[in-house]
Amino acid sequence: MEFLSYFGGVFEPIALMLLFAGTVGGLILGATPGLSPTMAVALLIPFTFHLSPTQGLILLGAAYTSTVAGGAVSAILLKIPGAPANIATALDGNEMAKRGEGARALHLSFLASGVGGVIGVLLLIFLTPLLAQWALKFGPSHLFWIAILGVTVIGSLDSKSFVKGLLSGCIGLWLSTIGTDDIMGADRFIFVDALSGGITIIPALIGLFAIPQVLDMFAKGRVSAVIDTIDVPRYKVFDSVKELTCSLRALSIGTVIGSIIGLIPGVGGQIAGLVAYDQARNFSPQKDKFGTGHPEGVIAAESANNAMVGPSLVPLLTLSIPGSPTAAVLLGGLLIHGIFPGSDIFDKHPEVVWTFINSMLLGQILMVIFGIYTAAWAARIAKAPIPILAAGVLVLALFGSYSVGQSMGDVQIMLALGIGMYILEKFGFSAAPLVLGLILGPIAGDYFNNGSMIAAAQDGPWVYFFTGPLNIILIAMVVASIAYSFWTNMLRASFTKVPNSEAAK
Amino acid sequence: MTNSRLQHVIPGALILAIALLVTYLSFTEEPAEAFLFPRIISIAFVGLAVWNFIRAAGGMAKVGRGLAMNDAKNLMPGLIVMLILVFWAAKALGFYISATLAFFTVYSIYDPAPHSSTKDWIKRAVITAAFMAAIYALFALLLKVQTPRGMFI
Repeated sequence: MEFLSYFGGVFEPIALMLLFAGTVGGLILGATPGLSPTMAVALLIPFTFHLSPTQGLILLGAAYTSTVAGGAVSAILLKIPGAPANIATALDGNEMAKRGEGARALHLSFLASGVGGVIGVLLLIFLTPLLAQWALKFGPSHLFWIAILGVTVIGSLDSKSFVKGLLSGCIGLWLSTIGTDDIMGADRFIFVDALSGGITIIPALIGLFAIPQVLDMFAKGRVSAVIDTIDVPRYKVFDSVKELTCSLRALSIGTVIGSIIGLIPGVGGQIAGLVAYDQARNFSPQKDKFGTGHPEGVIAAESANNAMVGPSLVPLLTLSIPGSPTAAVLLGGLLIHGIFPGSDIFDKHPEVVWTFINSMLLGQILMVIFGIYTAAWAARIAKAPIPILAAGVLVLALFGSYSVGQSMGDVQIMLALGIGMYILEKFGFSAAPLVLGLILGPIAGDYFNNGSMIAAAQDGPWVYFFTGPLNIILIAMVVASIAYSFWTNMLRASFTKVPNSEAAK
Repeated sequence: MTNSRLQHVIPGALILAIALLVTYLSFTEEPAEAFLFPRIISIAFVGLAVWNFIRAAGGMAKVGRGLAMNDAKNLMPGLIVMLILVFWAAKALGFYISATLAFFTVYSIYDPAPHSSTKDWIKRAVITAAFMAAIYALFALLLKVQTPRGMFI
């Protein structure tokens, strides 16, 4: 119960103000179609640079929590999921809104998100120290394999093509080696002056997540996207609370599935929402009502995608392996404050980590309150025209990437990476494994160098890196993550071939 | 070769070329100790790049629709504004002036409202001024970020 002693930090005036700002801002950003939670958190990181580590993490944690929940607003009222995690919410939520039950759907979505989110954060509180204790047994070779596992898991699971996912991870790992080698002082892959300091994480994150979205908006051209929000007649919050307590089956299915999926690195909220929705339908006696505006569909999907948030930070804080792309960006936020996640994080920075986790607990409650009372208003703001969004994100990306290191080289790298990522995305490559390679590359490189020195003094690198039960288990997990992705790719390919061949007949 | 296959072959070939260059440099540059980790990465990089290229050349790359000509045409003006802003204007004209011009230009180019209406031009100018005032307050006054001044601010 160590976390209880750090609750005071959350109630300090500045921390509380940041929590409010992060929650409200996150709800608005989450509700804005075209602005993903990952991009929102990436754009916020430069602001945290000027805050203390605790304050910065409180802002990022609040934004992470509420952008996922805020995505439900546009999913329900506009039928445009604010984030991939809200795809399943749109299926029933929008049908309810069309029937004039928009407020009911929004209430249920935020209440379910709150319940799922609180349970997810409680899991984070109780599982993280246990895993951290276990991780103390790890040596450099194990930590090297864990970093590689982080890249292969996200590379395999976050991409539609596992070759392209792993290739993205490799590109990220290579980009992380650009610059001067810390030990030997040698220059590596410095082709232009801007690269002499290496690739700074924050400008890279902004470029990789924000610039492709700006270019996507440009690619739509001068379209007059008239989006009509549905009117939201009032609905009693108490009735929604009562309804939620009567839908415990959907709520528990969503929460359990979201929590489990959150613990698996790389899977993310989209899968959590869709799997929970599917399972809630399978276990429901009213299966046929799903898709026609059934409240249980909204409850299952929203409880799952927010229950995922807390557990996705468990492998992040203990093993440096993020559970979702947004958690990967959060890892960048930790690193710029000099906080290196790992087994000793609770010994070295207990105040920062526990205050951050506690703030997420309070953030879930604030998210429910603000969400319920400001959802309809947030949906109006979310209708901001695409040209303003594109121009605004471009300017924010420019200032955000400059403000970290006050270097034009960082801004140029940000833009170059962003344009490159936009093109790669068009060919099926994914930003998340590339970012993870970029973030975990230096960590893997350091452990590899440390391990190589130990190996040279012992029985050589082969014995040090490839033998021992823990090394073998970790290598098996790396191979299994690749094999699983290969198998699902093959399965997907055979599914798409059958209808084609049938059509040919 | 179909257009779709060609669309996948070109980036596949470029990535393979980068992977080969990285591998070559990793195994030839000195001191060798500084390139141990890049060597391991480059082996996986080149292996996957070869696999990706073979799939693209064999017409097996199905993920990703590629760049549509219409999309490329639409994004070109915005992309040019971005490049001018980052590689020239921000330093030559000053961060705030160039960002204001970039915001206004991008907004005007992509705004579906008619370009002949004075009312719409005034609206664009007002929104640009309001947004940039907020950015100035945030970065210059609150966060105290020193930006390149150039000819202006």
